[in-house]
Amino acid sequence: MQSKMKESDPILEVENLSASTDNLPILKGVSLTVYPGEIHAIMGRNGCGKSTLSKIIAGHPSYNITNGDIKFLGENINSLEPEERSQSGIFLGFQYPIEIPGVSNLEFLRVSTNARRKFLNKEELDTFDFEELVKEKLEIVKMDHAFLSRSVNQGFSGGEKKRNEILQMALLEPKIAILDETDSGLDIDALRIVASGIKKISSAQTGIILITHYQRLLDEIKPNYVHVMSDGQIIKTGESDLALELEEKGYEWTDNFIKET
Amino acid sequence: MVNENLVKDVVKEPYKYGFVTDIETEKIEKGLNEDIIKLISQKKEEPKFLLDFRLKAFKKWQKMKEPDWAALGYKKIDYQDIIYYSAPKQKEKISSLDEVDPKLLETFDKLGIPLTEQKKLTNVAVDAVFDSVSIATTFREELAEHGVIFCSISEAVKNHADLIEKYLGTVVPASDNYFAALNSAVFSDGSFVYIPKGVTCPMDLSSYFRINSGDSGQFERTLIIAEESSSVSYLEGCTAPMFDTNTLHAAVVELIVLDDASIKYSTVQNWYAGDEEGVGGIFNFVTKRGKCLGKRSKISWSQVETGSAITWKYPSCLLLGEESVGEFYSVALTNNLQQADTGTKMIHIGPKTKSTIVSKGISAGNSKNSYRGLVKMGTKATGSRNYSQCDSMLIGDQASANTFPYIKSQQPNSEIEHEASTCRISEDQLFYLQSRGIEFEEAVSMMVSGFCRDVFNQLPMEFAAEADKLLALKLEGSVG
Repeated sequence: MQSKMKESDPILEVENLSASTDNLPILKGVSLTVYPGEIHAIMGRNGCGKSTLSKIIAGHPSYNITNGDIKFLGENINSLEPEERSQSGIFLGFQYPIEIPGVSNLEFLRVSTNARRKFLNKEELDTFDFEELVKEKLEIVKMDHAFLSRSVNQGFSGGEKKRNEILQMALLEPKIAILDETDSGLDIDALRIVASGIKKISSAQTGIILITHYQRLLDEIKPNYVHVMSDGQIIKTGESDLALELEEKGYEWTDNFIKET
Repeated sequence: MVNENLVKDVVKEPYKYGFVTDIETEKIEKGLNEDIIKLISQKKEEPKFLLDFRLKAFKKWQKMKEPDWAALGYKKIDYQDIIYYSAPKQKEKISSLDEVDPKLLETFDKLGIPLTEQKKLTNVAVDAVFDSVSIATTFREELAEHGVIFCSISEAVKNHADLIEKYLGTVVPASDNYFAALNSAVFSDGSFVYIPKGVTCPMDLSSYFRINSGDSGQFERTLIIAEESSSVSYLEGCTAPMFDTNTLHAAVVELIVLDDASIKYSTVQNWYAGDEEGVGGIFNFVTKRGKCLGKRSKISWSQVETGSAITWKYPSCLLLGEESVGEFYSVALTNNLQQADTGTKMIHIGPKTKSTIVSKGISAGNSKNSYRGLVKMGTKATGSRNYSQCDSMLIGDQASANTFPYIKSQQPNSEIEHEASTCRISEDQLFYLQSRGIEFEEAVSMMVSGFCRDVFNQLPMEFAAEADKLLALKLEGSVG
């Protein structure tokens, strides 16, 4: 199965990546390769650099890459603007989706979708055609149409915000989606909806990186690989059973790997 | 932590209206004295009552002091170094647009305000004012069929002297403030609107003010009267060329509203703001006030203030009639070294009067943007209500925003509600939008329009689109 996947070219290659913010090193040589159809989970304590890694891949301006490369579909994207990365098919699902007062969710989704469509040389959608498309995608995350007329994420509950993220993923149809603690703050029902949404959107051509603390998301979406991060490095990589072991033994168990290395 | 350079780039402002029309003008000598005022009045062939009105105002002005309470800093204005009358030379009497200097028509064409019969805007009547005179007013005959009078104030002085004598200076008396007194002494042109009883004005009325001359001030005067059960929507736009000197603009606008009548007055102010170093730009000192005289009278001010080096402006409502309503919706954008001190006064005099204030200030660059407002409940204003909301948005870390709300209540049985907030476009918000494929500039402009949404919703349709575009333009620049 795996060898078959690897016959194709990787979607994302993170090579020996080091990065800092305000001269404080956060990532210290991270390498990670994602092939089409793969699901990777990244786990680790708070502050280990998981979220930073996801933000750097998406192009957050607060971090400086001090060493290493990020390649997307074989091209180095180190210096691309966040919007260029999004348009070309990189999606970051935010741990804490941002509220934008006064900007209608519908308009935001439409502008965003059209930016991606334009990149793909697809026809941009007017408000009517977009309504049709978004209606269909709302089904995936079981969201009410009323969400569209509200301001972006404003006054949304934690679960609603996360579903709005998955809605965006569904509309943008990314090549790779990095989902940063999409499961946190969700009750069991919402978790199922979100997980089944992610599964519906992903395909054999797309890659997914799940950043999570919990096994329960990984019960719903089984990863091919699990990576454990600590102090800005990936200290252990295994298959899906690594997550189970981690759940059982706790992060203290992983501290031993650092000592070993 | 927002990338300051990017933000600086994005708020760089190109000014599209900075051209000068090369036209022969008739200017009087610089300076201000009784003879100059007599000369202006004589040029305009005014009746004696108006000359007296001017001279009285001038006497008052001489005794007054320029106000210094606003949060504004600027070089002292030399009132003797200003030309108080400047008009493009043209035939004595113009009977049709064909006789208007093509250069003037071309100027307004370029400003997007075509005046000729073939090209004129179809849904709005326009009065075009160039420096000290009105050039043309469209749709006059059509409006006259409904009894609506729409003309320059100079013409109204000639043809409707009774209305002028009855109402001029009754809302903003000459002694009201320094700049109103100056305007009353030297006002040149402006618009006059009269909506008779029971008439809903069949189209929007609009005045377009263009300053062309660099060394003359513009002192326009507008008077709008809405008789019982009538209504009108009036729009005002303004632009000026780019000069490295400051030009003084001191206008007075008076609105009179009787029983069950309403006036909606919308402004998009885009006077030249000066360059990035703060050189040049219009000094905009304006007194706008309306009187709700009757029962259920309504005045709604909406303004989008984006231009001028200095803005000093407080469109206000005197709510006299029972259940009369005053509204003020404002967006003020300042950038570079612009300064704005703007707001409103809602004076509740009659019972059960209602007012709403929504003010959105956006400060970018090194600019200074202040909201200053007064809500007053008089002794008879029982059961009256006010709601105020003043929000400020800061772009970058060099700009400043202030809110000065004054509340005076002499009526315990009235309600005053005030909300204020200040926000900054955060790096996280920008990153969120960018990470969804939205370009940096568009992201800023989306957030700014989102911030102004409550006010834009109040503008007439075409104006709202124009205002949105104008803000985007003001915030346009080269990214990265």
